[in-house]
Amino acid sequence: MRDRVDEFRSRILERKPLRLRGGGSKDFYGGPLSGEILDTRGYSGIVGYEPTELVITARAGTPLVEIESALATRRQVIACEPPQFGAGATIGGTVAAGLSGPRRATAGSLRDFVLGVKLMDGEGRELNFGGQVMKNVAGFDVSRLVTGSLGTLGLILEVSLKVLPQPLAETTLRFEMPQNQALAAMNRWAGQPLPLAASCWQDGVLTLRLCGAKAAVLAACEKLGGERVAESDAASFWAALREQAGEFFAGDAPLWRLSLPSVAPPLELPGPLLIEWGGAQRWLRGTVDVATLRETAARAGGHASLFRGGDKSGGVFAPLPPALMEVHRRLKQSFDPYGVFNPGRLYPEL
Amino acid sequence: MSLQEHSADGPPDAAAADRAVLLAELARVLPSDALLFADEDLKPYECDGLTAYRCMPWAVVLPQSEAQVLAALKVCHDRKVPVVVRGAGTGLSGGATPVVQGVVLSLAKFMRILEIDPVARLARVQPGVRNLAISEAAAPYDLYYAPDPSSQIACTIGGNVAENSGGVHCLKYGLTVHNVTKLRVALINGEVMEIGSHALDDPGYDLLALMIGSEGMLGVVLEATVKLTPKPRTAQVVMASFDSVIEAGNAVAAIIAAGIIPAGLEMMDKLATAAVEDFVHAGYDLAAAAILLAESDGTAEEVAEEIATMSVLLENSGARQLRISQSEAERLKFWAGRKAAFPAVGRITPDYLCMDGTIPRKHLAHVLTRIAELSAEFGLRCANVFHAGDGNLHPLIMFDARNPGETERAIAFGAKILELSVDVGGTITGEHGVGIEKVKQMCVQFSREEIDAFHAVKAAFDPLALLNPGKAVPTPRHCSEYRLTGSAR
Repeated sequence: MRDRVDEFRSRILERKPLRLRGGGSKDFYGGPLSGEILDTRGYSGIVGYEPTELVITARAGTPLVEIESALATRRQVIACEPPQFGAGATIGGTVAAGLSGPRRATAGSLRDFVLGVKLMDGEGRELNFGGQVMKNVAGFDVSRLVTGSLGTLGLILEVSLKVLPQPLAETTLRFEMPQNQALAAMNRWAGQPLPLAASCWQDGVLTLRLCGAKAAVLAACEKLGGERVAESDAASFWAALREQAGEFFAGDAPLWRLSLPSVAPPLELPGPLLIEWGGAQRWLRGTVDVATLRETAARAGGHASLFRGGDKSGGVFAPLPPALMEVHRRLKQSFDPYGVFNPGRLYPEL
Repeated sequence: MSLQEHSADGPPDAAAADRAVLLAELARVLPSDALLFADEDLKPYECDGLTAYRCMPWAVVLPQSEAQVLAALKVCHDRKVPVVVRGAGTGLSGGATPVVQGVVLSLAKFMRILEIDPVARLARVQPGVRNLAISEAAAPYDLYYAPDPSSQIACTIGGNVAENSGGVHCLKYGLTVHNVTKLRVALINGEVMEIGSHALDDPGYDLLALMIGSEGMLGVVLEATVKLTPKPRTAQVVMASFDSVIEAGNAVAAIIAAGIIPAGLEMMDKLATAAVEDFVHAGYDLAAAAILLAESDGTAEEVAEEIATMSVLLENSGARQLRISQSEAERLKFWAGRKAAFPAVGRITPDYLCMDGTIPRKHLAHVLTRIAELSAEFGLRCANVFHAGDGNLHPLIMFDARNPGETERAIAFGAKILELSVDVGGTITGEHGVGIEKVKQMCVQFSREEIDAFHAVKAAFDPLALLNPGKAVPTPRHCSEYRLTGSAR
């Protein structure tokens, strides 16, 4: 494995643009791809797993499925359910993309579970940030800064994650209700001590997943009503949602992601809509006017990004205010002074 | 008992002139009652909760409006005068210790809760609002702010953001970084940025994570939006005592292996238990080597189920006594001792130093054994309080500062404990921050290159290094000094 690290370093020290890549399952995501591929696959393996300490550490090229099956043997999970988006997804790519799945609104985001990273910076130095313990405030929180940075700050070599027990019980309920009622209900329930895990609204149907202690799930079912979904149907529904495998996500129409305050009212936008995360994540299909969409999202207190497909020339992610972009530029400069890592993948300026 | 390197013994004339110019410029942008410069007014600010380190600042500013904060920052920036931001001053690592020839910026007057949105489950507050005040304001909606550091009656949300504060419930409910969604921040040059939003994520780098726990070195919090959590219907705690810390540690592992994340999971050793029992009379088992408190919260059915499971696990792990709280009053009583552990120890010793390492729990027995050996070596008593769920260990080193050399001995003992934490794969600070206290031990945990990276991160926000300089991230000088002791990497 040291050979691979040396190989990564010598590639980086050539100071030519590199496209960091694991399984390539998220090639679709972010700005245009450029640079020569640096493939992390093979630099893999779980380095440490301590079920009773709730921590797993793995090399960047470790397939996400390998990690999840190791966790499953001890009835544990990465609670935010990061999507694979393809068979080859690696843990390094998962952390670089920083995406979370259906349980995000209640369990926390991927960055919430990142405890530490080993990073190779633009000078080829191996840097350790964070660690393998749950509580750690020594040094700035660079491991969370790197999460979701789309590989623009350095090559992730190793990742430590906090893991959690699998929920002891799980039930899925279904309600027929229009969008405005579903948004109101999701926010109302989220303010109550209920074992909510995930939610999805589409075409007048709200699907709600409850996870927790048996007694809590049972009590919540009674309180909430709705129609109970059979266990196997529920499992495949949530798995499909996590992997965007359902009908809503099929086809070539551009997929827009709106990240909004959960209480944002229904937005006047054309195209099919799917709502997750208790109202905080809304998916939109179709070709839309970027400026209008961005403005609508911003007015609602959030932002819109072009998640999949479409014309990326208008920028994939919402533009940053100048002062924020300046800080981004300086951070990029300090970790990647020669502009080696994934140039343009997050913003053209980085 | 100021430690020498942080004391300012009569500034030379040039410095006195610089100070006079600074005071004049600050006086121009601040009302007279917002600027303190007389020795007797500065004295209360010479230290924070870490009283072993003291330094008199040039001035303390207490602005009342954002405009005044920005104006004061701009004056300091233009004159290249360092600024130390201060909340309630309860920090335990010297994060708010003034720096020589610097200004203390107190946000104590920013005490307004600007908005409680019960539907969005958010509270927008000024930085000087106390941690507990947020939960009190949210209580009518059956919501609360989850992170609960033991100082929550006094500590402010601005300080919590600076330190990424935890508490006894953070295994289940997270740290400050998991519970803050937006910050309004001033940079040292007076520029204002909004970081984060009321959505669940934001475009670009996660600057929110970077800002939280940055110990006042990157920016000044002007406003924070925090998440509110629904109050659990009920909570119950089981108190178990053990003949050895190994058994107690194994009991914790057994609970987590069974798929339970308790709302709170705390351990105290014999010395800590004795000190708190004397203080709160909670009926702790004084003959035990370790006491474990395991809390469950949720619906009544859920809590009953979890408490029953945990009780069996604790018994099977060799608990010598088990007591389950039978009322809310009793639950609070069981917790009272743990929450008052620091003041309770404070009663049995003139001074104490509170350490804050985090260790992988499997090394607990080894670490406690080693601490006991060190305690004998240094001739100082040490009580241990442990956030057992997340591995955060608080050894409380007792000493008497009036005895010559004892302060230095306590600090040296503490340094050994921090190194021990790093040796077993942990960290020098779990929740109290590096501050001034542990800045040299950073050289044990991090390499020169990693420390350089931290400096670069700071420079991205504060190129002149004026915000809380000399804290949290060691200078090359700190490390070379430390290297002489043979410990740094």
